[in-house]
Amino acid sequence: MKALRKLLDKWKPAFHEGGKLAKLQSVYEGFETFLFTPNTTSKSGSHIHDNNDMKRTMSTVIVALIPCLLFAMYNTGLQHYIAIGQPNTGWFTMFIFGLLAMLPVIVVSYVVGLGIEFISAQIHHKEIQEGFLVTGILIPLIVPINTPLWMTAVATAFAVIFAKEVFGGTGMNIFNVALITRAFLFFSYPAEMSGDNAFVKLDSAFGFGAGTVADGFSGATPLGQVATNVGPNLDGLNLDTWQAFVGTIPGSPGETSMIAILLGAALLLITGIASWRVMTSVFAGGIVMGLIANAFATPTYPASMLDPLAQLCYGGFAFAAVFMATDPVTGARTHIGQYIYGFLIGVIAILIRVYNGGYPEGAMLAVLLMNAFAPLIDHCVVNANIKRRMRRLKTNE
Amino acid sequence: MAMIKLKKGYNLKLKGGITSDAITQAPAPAHCAIVPDDFTGIIPRMEKKEGEQVKAGEALYHDKTEERIKVTSPVSGTVKAIVRGDRRKIEQVIVECGENIDSKKFDLSSPIDALLDSGLWAMLRQRPYDVVPSPNATPRDIFVTCFDSAPLAPSLKVVLGEDMNYIEKGVEVLNQLTSGSVYLGCRDGEEIEVKGAETVVFKGPHPAGNAGIQAGNVKPVNKGEVIWTTDVVTVARIGKLFATGSVDYGTIVAVTGEQVTQPCYVKTVMGAPVKPLLEGRLVDNGKQNRIICGNVLTGCQVNDEGYLRAPYRHITVIPELQKQDEFMGWASMSPKKFSVYRNFPGWLLGMNRKPMNVDARINGGERAIVMSGEYDRMLPMDIYAEFLIKAIIAFDIDKMEQLGIYEVAPEDFALCEFADTSKLELQRIVREGLDKLRKEMA
Repeated sequence: MKALRKLLDKWKPAFHEGGKLAKLQSVYEGFETFLFTPNTTSKSGSHIHDNNDMKRTMSTVIVALIPCLLFAMYNTGLQHYIAIGQPNTGWFTMFIFGLLAMLPVIVVSYVVGLGIEFISAQIHHKEIQEGFLVTGILIPLIVPINTPLWMTAVATAFAVIFAKEVFGGTGMNIFNVALITRAFLFFSYPAEMSGDNAFVKLDSAFGFGAGTVADGFSGATPLGQVATNVGPNLDGLNLDTWQAFVGTIPGSPGETSMIAILLGAALLLITGIASWRVMTSVFAGGIVMGLIANAFATPTYPASMLDPLAQLCYGGFAFAAVFMATDPVTGARTHIGQYIYGFLIGVIAILIRVYNGGYPEGAMLAVLLMNAFAPLIDHCVVNANIKRRMRRLKTNE
Repeated sequence: MAMIKLKKGYNLKLKGGITSDAITQAPAPAHCAIVPDDFTGIIPRMEKKEGEQVKAGEALYHDKTEERIKVTSPVSGTVKAIVRGDRRKIEQVIVECGENIDSKKFDLSSPIDALLDSGLWAMLRQRPYDVVPSPNATPRDIFVTCFDSAPLAPSLKVVLGEDMNYIEKGVEVLNQLTSGSVYLGCRDGEEIEVKGAETVVFKGPHPAGNAGIQAGNVKPVNKGEVIWTTDVVTVARIGKLFATGSVDYGTIVAVTGEQVTQPCYVKTVMGAPVKPLLEGRLVDNGKQNRIICGNVLTGCQVNDEGYLRAPYRHITVIPELQKQDEFMGWASMSPKKFSVYRNFPGWLLGMNRKPMNVDARINGGERAIVMSGEYDRMLPMDIYAEFLIKAIIAFDIDKMEQLGIYEVAPEDFALCEFADTSKLELQRIVREGLDKLRKEMA
């Protein structure tokens, strides 16, 4: 490590003002603080500080996403080999195929997003912020696997610039950056984003896993099938909630497996990084709305015939509850506000899914909508505190 | 006797705590110093020149605007030096101790004047603004904290010693100065009950021992009101002044911290140099020491030529750095790393219940506020801390008032500052906000 430290010290002058590479100062400092904890000590106020910092917080979230990421790779392979009629391929081959299929998306997401962050940090002469480390891994997990890479690149650039940097960077954004990426794709290129062929990779990945699509194969997601269902019940669809719980169904890569998501949720809750108030109230809202929809089930809205607990396993609901709604920057920040915010996300997600024929899934839109309302909810909660203080003043007079 | 349970806050356990109540007598200091920065809100105008004689309890300087507020010498002797810094700001007034102790006698007929002249007035603080109180306003109530809940803090019972008997007299004096009550905030099991004071028992972790937190939970201060806050040691000093006619600035100090071989109580005097107090007590392990007057959360750093600052009865010595150039410290799985979050393995191994190693590193870069509810869980008051901090940063006076700026002092945010993932200098932000607001409202 000493050699590395020496090397960094040797390069340092070049990256500082007057040096040849002064334009890359933020990048240099980003890497320096990544490799070595700065020796800066407290100058004012508290003399000791907690060991947890933004790097640790963000990397905890990334660790929580690893089960989803690994399962996403396996399932991408599984769905591919089912599509080409070779469902008995070994799990390791499936995983390698998924790895090869997802790697380009991960690289594109990080290169584009971090590139913009680096440039922005240098323009503002600020330290590089860690926020995109999480966003960069969320994007490949929520963007359908067949999305062309250039679209992902454009959408990521749009989201990072217009949903984050224009507001002032990490900690200042109003909307969840990863969801803005997906929403941008969803509304700009609707043809590629929905339908039966968006969620299953049919062609080979770098020449790996080539094959022809089996006759009669449909890559429709369970919710896609439900939305187009005709008839008095859903029996004809052969929906298997257990499969959805395990995650071996077509869908956006990271969102299919409830088990993987719950593993991530457990880590986030145990470490205290995510708010349990938000997370549990999203599920509560989803169950309540699912029950209501199910109580008034009608073939006009086929999704209303789904069991409320099954509702939670399908689509992006659980993933949104655990990883999107709990983003502290775009969510409600007061405790009471977090209950309201989370509950409404759950309600609206199911509401859109059931009663809006145009969108088979509503979790993304629900979170984005509530992102917009989170400051209002907080305002009301804080105002109650202010009113209490004013009343105290009056009674004293 | 009322009992208030506080749930929010955190008891940090550090290495180097005191295990015995034994008190060692420190050698008499050769010189003492008063640091004007310790008396927030007072702009010093010197009354003594260099070379002049001064008695213990005699004024060294007074406030520029309110001349009745005086800061006095803790010892008798000669004014040795008036150390000035940038723009001739007075940084230290050093008094060389004389051979005999010569204490000034005070006229006790008017309690206000006696307090102002003896310098004990300058040891009180008022809310709003957390400054030395103005003698022109009568406080609604006076809040006295009887325990220190900060990390490694001394037991105020030990610090008080025999002066315990003067508390009643002190309370009697304070009762003459307020239109309301004198509240004694005590720790569960260490109740102090005296005539004329209301005892309130506080259960819960730090910062339950802060007088401001106690006031906020008993009867919060409103706009336009003034309350005083102080601690029981100052009240005992006031009692002693009115019982004996002279002021005693002798004090017992807890010397604690990881870098101290045998943490202990030492008897000395306010303003004494720290070097003799620490001599022979420091661990020699090659680490650079950070000497703090006060506790690790709110104290102020002094160098080894520094002095025991006026408001403190506590010295903490911690290493400046535990480790130079730590490789990827943010990814560390070391069980020795402490966090109020549970994303370090230490808590799994039960290390959070054991005293921990600390150093002065900030452990991260300054960021925008990202994590929510972080300050709320460390501040047991009916205040939305994060929103208040944002209002202070924006200096939105209306919002600051509405969110309770008059109820807080920088020390109340010390624990929030420790736990802050964004590493913001909260105490500095609050102090500057209070100063600016006070200027604006004057």
